[in-house]
Parts: sequence; C-alpha cells; structure tokens
Amino acid sequence: MKAWMTALWAIVLREALRFASQRGRFLAALVRPLVWLVVFAAGFRAALGLSIIPPYQTYITYEVYIVPGLCGMIQLFNGMQSSLSLVYDQEMGSMRLLLTSPFPRWWLLFSKLLAGVAVSILQVAVFLAIAAALGIELPLLGYFAVLPALIVTGLMLGALGLLISSTIRQLENFAGVMNFVIFPMFFLSSALYPLWKMQESSALLRDICAVNPFTHAVELIRFALYGQMNWMALLWVVVAFAVCMLGALWGYDPERTMMRRKAR
Amino acid sequence: MTGLELSDVSYSYAATGRKALDGVRFSVEPGRFCALLGPNGAGKSTLYALLTRLIVAPQGRISVAGYDLARAPRAALARIGVVFQQPTLDLDMTVRRNMSYFAGLHGLSGRDAAVAIDAALDRLAMLERAGEKVRALNGGHRRRMEIARALIHKPEVLLLDEPTVGLDAAARRAITAHVHELAETGPAVLWATHLVDEIGPQDRVVVLHRGKVLVEGGAAEIASGSTLSDRFIEMTGAHEEVPA
Repeated sequence: MKAWMTALWAIVLREALRFASQRGRFLAALVRPLVWLVVFAAGFRAALGLSIIPPYQTYITYEVYIVPGLCGMIQLFNGMQSSLSLVYDQEMGSMRLLLTSPFPRWWLLFSKLLAGVAVSILQVAVFLAIAAALGIELPLLGYFAVLPALIVTGLMLGALGLLISSTIRQLENFAGVMNFVIFPMFFLSSALYPLWKMQESSALLRDICAVNPFTHAVELIRFALYGQMNWMALLWVVVAFAVCMLGALWGYDPERTMMRRKAR
Repeated sequence: MTGLELSDVSYSYAATGRKALDGVRFSVEPGRFCALLGPNGAGKSTLYALLTRLIVAPQGRISVAGYDLARAPRAALARIGVVFQQPTLDLDMTVRRNMSYFAGLHGLSGRDAAVAIDAALDRLAMLERAGEKVRALNGGHRRRMEIARALIHKPEVLLLDEPTVGLDAAARRAITAHVHELAETGPAVLWATHLVDEIGPQDRVVVLHRGKVLVEGGAAEIASGSTLSDRFIEMTGAHEEVPA
C-alpha cells in the first residue's frame, strides 16, 4: 500500500510543481471568475431580481448568488485544463512514461485526477478569499463544509476531462472542447441564474439545465457553502463521476487502444 | 532462460488492417546487448509499444524476466526499464526531480529512492548535473539522464527505442558505449536502431523488416565475410542513413 501511495504522491507533486511554475495559468484561473464577479455581476444585479430560494434564508445580492457557480467554473476550467495537459502529455510522450509504471492503469489515472482536484481546490480557496475581501462573506462553517463538496465535484469534472482526453489525439482539436463542452455546460446550468428564472423564458432550456451534471455540482457547492447537504445533487454528481471515470478507463484501456490507434 | 522472450507476436492496425508485426520470435539473454536492426517503418516502435504494454498484442507471448506480460503485467513492467524514441522529460524541472517522479511511479521513495537515483546518475556520469534544469542540458546529456532514469529500479530488461536519434556523432558514440557497458553488468538490453555502426561484432542482432524477423544471430555471424551494413542493405533493400 505504501508503494501505491508513493506513486500517487509522485503524480500529485508533479502536477502541483507544474502548476506552480505556470504563473499565467494561475492568474487566468483567478481573473476569469473575478471578472464575472466584479464586472458581470455588477451589471446584472439590477436586471436580475432573485427570490428567496434554498439554501438562502433571505434576499441575497446577485454577487452572492453566483459565487458557488464561479467556484464550479474554476473547477470546470481546471478539469478541462488537466485534460489539455493530458493531451499535451500524450503528444510529448510523458503519458507513455506514466502508463509504463507497474501500477494498475486505473490507479495511475485516478492519481492524475486527484492531482487536478488538489490544484482546483487551491484555486477556489484563493478565489473565496478574494471574494471575502471584496465583501462577499459566507457563513464560517461553509468555508469548511465546502471542502468535501469541492472534492466530489472536482473528481466529477476531472473525470469528464479525462474522458475527453482519451478521445482527443491532437492539441489542435482542443478548441472544440471549449465550444462543445465548457460553454454549454456552464451556460446551461444554475451557475448564473436559478432554474426558475430559466423556466420563465423556456421550459425546454430549464429541463436541459436540470439534467446537466454541472448544475448539480454548482448546487452541491452552493448548499455546502451554507453548511447544508443537497442529497439529490450529490447523487447526480457521484453518478456522473462514475460514468465519466468508467468511460475514461475504457478510453485508456490498452486492449481497446490496440483497436483504434496506430502506435506512435 | 530469463531476460526477454518473444514468441509468435503479431499485430495489425485496426484502421488499415495492415500487419505491422508478423510472427515475431526472438529472445535476449541477461547480460547481452541485442540490436533490433530495421529500416524506418519496419515495426520497431510498434514492437516497443507492445513490450511496454502501451498496446496489447492479440497474438503471441511476451515474457519479461520470466513473467508473462499478458498474465502478470505488473510484475513484468516492474522489471522493465525503457527509453522511448521521443524524449519524455519535464524540461522545467531539475534532473533530480524528474528522477524522483519516475522513482515514485515505481513505488520508490525517501532514502531508498535517493540512493537509487544517485547510483543511476553516477553510473551515467550525470551526478554533478542533478540540480540542473533539464532545459539547460544538451541533447546527449538529456539522453544519458533518460537512460539513468530507466535504471533507477534496477530493471532486468532494458529497452531503448532509437535512443541516439537527433544526437551528434560524439554523443551517439558515448551513449552507445555506455549502454554496451551496462549490458555487461546484468540486464538484457534491446536496442532498436537503423544505424549499423552502433552495433559491435560481439552483439546479438535481430533484423526486422516489414514486421518480420529476417535473421537472428551474432553480428559477425550475420555479416559472414561481408560487412553487416552490406548484408543489411542486401536483406532489406534499405540504404542506411548516413550517421550525423
């Protein structure tokens, strides 16, 4: 077991060191949600009235509403960034080194996933600290209760990235991921507007939002930030994680690889 | 015999149906340097992908240090050291950090890993560069580092896929000599190349062409009165590339 943990630690440490050396990536990961929080929310707070909906006990400002969605956004982008780095590793050959380790492939991929989750939680922590400095404070308990929620949502979004990376062979194809995965997942969710608001304009769009796993990831984070548990959201996220992870393991299976790829 | 043994290994690409390897059978004994000699497109890299289980052979058997790669992949992979044709290094990390990462992937940590890393770097005369970033190293030193990395876990089989590609003549000669010396210390070494001048008269040679083994034996025996280069061209119709 010690050897397994050693391999996991080696993979997590490598990802952390790579992330630490990429200051631009860290800055971009923070600037993106902060622009939404400071600029977008300021413009929308007057246009978008919010009623009292769980877990909130009172009327809230729009800035407060979108904080959980922006935490999810950080993890969504991080999951895709990890996926991009996996495709890069495949092109550069580092993936070969990883996959020739004697540990089972599922453990190596799960370790990669955990490394990405650790990096995403670090980004969310810094974001929440800046949000608090800007006056958007949450219950103290929420800062602790959100940690397990972020681990689960991070695993789900990371597994999605892993699944995508198993289907993409070239970095050039990655732009499609932005258009067909990140943007639809983010905008068709409860990250920016509650589902009842969406219902007012389109019942179909509301239904699409309701089955989007990212909606449930955001709701899990939202409830956890207020020290509450949303069991239905947890179930959705866990099921989505299981589906994506199984798909990724299938995608990286050497026996299936044999059928599709030409050895490079 | 332990070392590396292949019997009737075949592989076809699903997309094209082209047979990349056809009934490949040969063995490499411990302590021997065996050159897998073949022109570009002979199937060498596909064979290395099979030997490292990046892809799985639907037919045939691969045995590493007595372990069947299909039935006991973990035990077999734990006994393989590999240097891929394409460098697999984190350029912005130090040599030691790259080595530690690899040691971790084989379950080595702490003092055991530090001792193994120092010994492997020392063996390739790279110990004094342990603190340098890989980006600062020249091509020859990067390759040496990759070979040292492949030795950390004391593999019984060492696989090198055209490790001298892109290196100048001096670096090529130095690395070839290093690996010949390494083979004398115990591991079975399989060295893929298309350059005949990397092969010594005492080496074992497997000539691979269009996915098939054309001949297997001692270099001098295959040359049989002629030169290995002439025999290679004669067998494969390939004109050896002029070394850099």
